[in-house]
Amino acid sequence: MTALTKAPRTPGAPAPEDERLLRPSLLRRLMGRPELGAVVGAAAVFVFFSLAADSFLRASSLSTVLYASSIFGIMAVPVALLMIGGEFDLSTGVMVTSSALISSMFSYQMTANVWVGVGVSLLATLAIGVFNGVLLVRTKLPSFIITLGTFLMLTGLNLGSTKLISGTVSTKSIADMEGFDSAKALFASHLSLGDVDIQVTVLWWAALVAVATWILLRTRVGNWIFASGGGADAARAVGVPVSKTKIGLYMGVAFCAWIAGQHLLFSYDTVQSGEGVGNEFLYIIAAVIGGCLMTGGYGSAIGSAVGAFIFGMTNKGIVYAEWESDWFKFFLGAMLLLATLLNAWVRKRAEASR
Amino acid sequence: MTGGGGRVPRGSERMTDRVQQATSRDQQAIGGGERVTAPLIELSGVSKFYGNIKALEGVSLEVRPGEITCVLGDNGAGKSTLIKIIAGLHQHDAGTFAVEGEETRLASPREALDRGIATVYQDLAVVPLMPVWRNFFLGSEPTRGRGLLRRLDARKMRETTRGELLRMGIDLRDVDQPIGTLSGGERQCVAIARAVYFGAKVLVLDEPTAALGVKQSGVVLKYVAAARDAGLGVVLITHNPHHAYLVGDRFVLLKRGAMFGAHTKAEIGLDELTRQMAGGSELEELSHELARATGGTSQAAPGGVSAAEA
Repeated sequence: MTALTKAPRTPGAPAPEDERLLRPSLLRRLMGRPELGAVVGAAAVFVFFSLAADSFLRASSLSTVLYASSIFGIMAVPVALLMIGGEFDLSTGVMVTSSALISSMFSYQMTANVWVGVGVSLLATLAIGVFNGVLLVRTKLPSFIITLGTFLMLTGLNLGSTKLISGTVSTKSIADMEGFDSAKALFASHLSLGDVDIQVTVLWWAALVAVATWILLRTRVGNWIFASGGGADAARAVGVPVSKTKIGLYMGVAFCAWIAGQHLLFSYDTVQSGEGVGNEFLYIIAAVIGGCLMTGGYGSAIGSAVGAFIFGMTNKGIVYAEWESDWFKFFLGAMLLLATLLNAWVRKRAEASR
Repeated sequence: MTGGGGRVPRGSERMTDRVQQATSRDQQAIGGGERVTAPLIELSGVSKFYGNIKALEGVSLEVRPGEITCVLGDNGAGKSTLIKIIAGLHQHDAGTFAVEGEETRLASPREALDRGIATVYQDLAVVPLMPVWRNFFLGSEPTRGRGLLRRLDARKMRETTRGELLRMGIDLRDVDQPIGTLSGGERQCVAIARAVYFGAKVLVLDEPTAALGVKQSGVVLKYVAAARDAGLGVVLITHNPHHAYLVGDRFVLLKRGAMFGAHTKAEIGLDELTRQMAGGSELEELSHELARATGGTSQAAPGGVSAAEA
């Protein structure tokens, strides 16, 4: 009973400060953050392209880079949350296209206000998310298999139904339809700050990152997301609604796919039905570069944003450096490997130093 | 956002005078005399079938406040099936299961928790990558603010975690460290402390000492005893009769899914418990077989010791 008898000194009083606990240095605290690897990587890529491409540092280039980053960043945020929750989604790339197609075709075929199509698209896309999530928690099959199935089905549906309804591989233009301008303002406009052009997607992206970070770190749901990915059985045993959390995460992915899809539609006025295949990996890569653990339970939304930014810089930096754009994929692969290794190394050091 | 809100932490104040109780209790005759309190949990004749396999048949046990009921059995004896029924993961197929005198059928672990039954599993008590304070409140996080601003009360969570762990003699440097960096015994203690803090009436412990060393086991058993002295009913599942006898008031022995014996501490000694647990007559048979196998004389004298000396 020695350990017990010495324990309670003054019951009810707050625990005294632990004298062994030195205030950790700023560096030490930074080392513990999941985003650290990505930030170091982003700085390296930035310096690299600043030296390699003269035009990279111009304000106009920066806004182009930000735009490219935001397109992927919008999807990287929910994909990162889903990965922290321990699951994958391979259907994200084509889901964006599906969402745009549904919106466009519904408006055109029903000759309705485009906002009606936008609303229908939101419901339909959320339904796809629910489908993924419910199937996952009901069958307990790996999410890799389930969403691979959804991916293939959506790819086929996109191509098949577009050809069936409009007779070609792309949808008809909805540019002259009622509500197009206001919808375009919300999803695909841009505003100028001095000589810098800011696309509205950058604002969507920033808002999503902020909301996701808030949810993850400061709400009960955030706690449940970490627990669902880091130890689903333990979480279930203490009463965490793991299944609901996972379905919710898939719905979050669907919601963001809807935003990205509407941008795709309203930045032009037609949608190519074959688009989006392969993008799902880019979202996952952004999340992984940003410090998400493949096995779940660890990561951050801000990290995914940094990952998407690295992605945007590389994508456009290669153009500014006037290299063959074919090299982009090679860069991306190398970046993924480096970032993952760096993350693993940083995490090991951070945990060892505790 | 359901659940959790109704579970008011109430263990903390009970734990304060725990030590005094502990000392006075040691002088009492443990398990002696009839208690008037109703059992917190009472199983009678409970059976569970998986298809045509009898996982558990006719098991009866009771758990009273301030007592430890030990469930002993070898691997495959049905201990984990029993624990899953009590924890609400499985439902029994026959017999009755009463919680505080009221017959029930628990539908989920959440329902079991709401009825005051907290289960601590040996291997999945915590989420290793999450900080200690997040683990402590997992599933019952306190919040402040309303609507969209409803958020975790992180400061209170950190302070409470540190304070509660300190009460039980676990002095953590940093509650922000991932709980995976704690030792196995400490992790068990955090899980037990969590259950006590959230006002569990019945604590179900699944092999809490199985993966631990001697010293760590001692720490955990001390804490189990402290939970008992705080007035909780404890179900201790173990295959170690020595650990069980140290803290237990009642002993239920399981063998191949059936009850093999039920005793109070007054009725049975450690030697007899160990003998029954180890298989009793089976063990004697085994010692004969081994004696023969090692090339000893087949006409062994009565009692293994003299045979070895011969």
